[in-house]
Amino acid sequence: MSEYIEHDPTGVSVGIVEKRFFGFADPPHEMCLESGARLGPVTIAYETYGTLNPKKSNAVLILHALSGDSHVAGYYSEDDPKPGWWDIMVGPEKGIDTNRYFVICCNILGSCMGSTGPSSTNPKTDRPYGPDFPMVTIGDMVKAQKAVIDHLGISRLLSVMGGSIGGMQVLEWCLRYPEMVISAVPLASTTRHSALAIAFNEVARQAIMADPNWNNGEYYPGPRPDLGLAVARMIGHITYLSDESMRHKFGRRLQDKGDFSFNFDADFQVESYLRYQGRKFVERFDANSFLYITKASDYFDLAIQHDSGSVVKAFSKAKAKFLVVSFTSDWLYPTYQSRAMVQAMKKNGLDVSFCEIEAEWGHDAFLLPNDRLDGLVKGFLERVHDEIQ
Amino acid sequence: MAENMRFDLQIIASWIEPGSKVLDLGCGEGDLLYFLKKNKEVDGIGIEQAEAKVVQCIEKGLSVLQGDINEEVADYPDNTFDYVILSQTLQQVYEPAGLIQSLLRIGRKGIVSFPNFSHWRVRFQLLTSGYAPVTKQLPYDWHNTPNIRVITLRDFRKFSRDVGFHIFREAAINTNSEDRLGAIVEFIPNLRATYGIFMIGKG
Repeated sequence: MSEYIEHDPTGVSVGIVEKRFFGFADPPHEMCLESGARLGPVTIAYETYGTLNPKKSNAVLILHALSGDSHVAGYYSEDDPKPGWWDIMVGPEKGIDTNRYFVICCNILGSCMGSTGPSSTNPKTDRPYGPDFPMVTIGDMVKAQKAVIDHLGISRLLSVMGGSIGGMQVLEWCLRYPEMVISAVPLASTTRHSALAIAFNEVARQAIMADPNWNNGEYYPGPRPDLGLAVARMIGHITYLSDESMRHKFGRRLQDKGDFSFNFDADFQVESYLRYQGRKFVERFDANSFLYITKASDYFDLAIQHDSGSVVKAFSKAKAKFLVVSFTSDWLYPTYQSRAMVQAMKKNGLDVSFCEIEAEWGHDAFLLPNDRLDGLVKGFLERVHDEIQ
Repeated sequence: MAENMRFDLQIIASWIEPGSKVLDLGCGEGDLLYFLKKNKEVDGIGIEQAEAKVVQCIEKGLSVLQGDINEEVADYPDNTFDYVILSQTLQQVYEPAGLIQSLLRIGRKGIVSFPNFSHWRVRFQLLTSGYAPVTKQLPYDWHNTPNIRVITLRDFRKFSRDVGFHIFREAAINTNSEDRLGAIVEFIPNLRATYGIFMIGKG
């Protein structure tokens, strides 16, 4: 997902928030990963907004995508220049109303925004894990989130919600811990990556691995594979947009010049934009985390992980009420993929609502201001909240 | 309340047993489902093609899927619903027999309503003007109408024998397409009713 973080024009915000950490899986009780490897100790960074009610029945877990973090909404300090990544959706009286719901978001396992990942210190060597970090899956990420939810003393989540890779975690939650999930909202997501999605991820990974600084993943604390990671981010950005949105946003307009430079400087606005996005990303993200998380998303296949290859059988475990949302111009996770999961849910007699929102912004549409999306999420949450009272 | 709903939907709502499971095909803005949920504790699902209407339904707290009714009915297991409703839509369906059969596969009962093409105004217009009839219930010209099927109350009864399903209950009503007011027509309905509503079941 891209960085569209901007101040909510209404000025409404959840206010000052704080990143917290939960540690578990201390040796010899390491976390057992899907690959068979063991990992411990594990730290998960998380944030919460709003108040957990006495019955603990108003908890909403938000699951972030590839480059996101636990900082969904609000500001870390009075002079923090920007809010969390979904500030337009999460806050008082917003789509996910923090006056009503207790909102939680965990940074995913394998990331670099406070949770244990390849840039964390390996207790066995006292150096960063690097390539020794075990491969983690979407299932492992969810298992780690479950530890945080248990720690918070919450036995049932009113809703789990997320877009893109966050949506994969939503589905995984519903099948792995069906008794804990009352409702679920996968946005712009899929039960498994298409060849197209895997292909783009692989090109992005190759860009990192081709950077001489990558050094097979052992680059800490020396120079980082920034050029490779920037190119990887540029590729990602293209897949998050659409032909239409790029035409509107950039067209063939030139950047700060009237004519071509006849060299390889960034002439076009789109070139300049991608270079800027790439540069900005390397300041905050770790290249190895990018490799591990994209691989986890490529490996994810709900049908194989939860049954012998049938999505319909896989969903027979689910108990949640679903709201599935796709976007017309999303070519990374196209609507047919959302429809396929909806079909499997219907065949299992699950309560599911589905809407394909007309939006030109491609895969990123779920992060952008959209009254229809706000209305859908708000209406759906109110309904499931009322139904359990 | 019921009076705020389209008249044919008021009749349909009165036919539905409390607590039943209902699928509304072409549910629009969800008026009927919302009424049934609030007043009859019905567990309802809607299918609607138009995104804006789907959003309105979900905002109201209804469970609704955006999609084509002909395709969406295929995914449900047999006898999933107590009632499957098709209101003011049959006249727009390309394969009515196939849809009615799907409807009776996934539901124990179907409730179907449609504009009656043998209403006297329709007959009179065709007879006197020689143009294809345009009425309040069927307000389009021949070249822009979504209503590709012309059905009469009598046709529907014949259709039930041809396709092989039962008609349990029927009501002929006099109302306009979006009207909240209307009346049941008892006397020569095929000539005097603007809409027919039928409750049907497997043959």
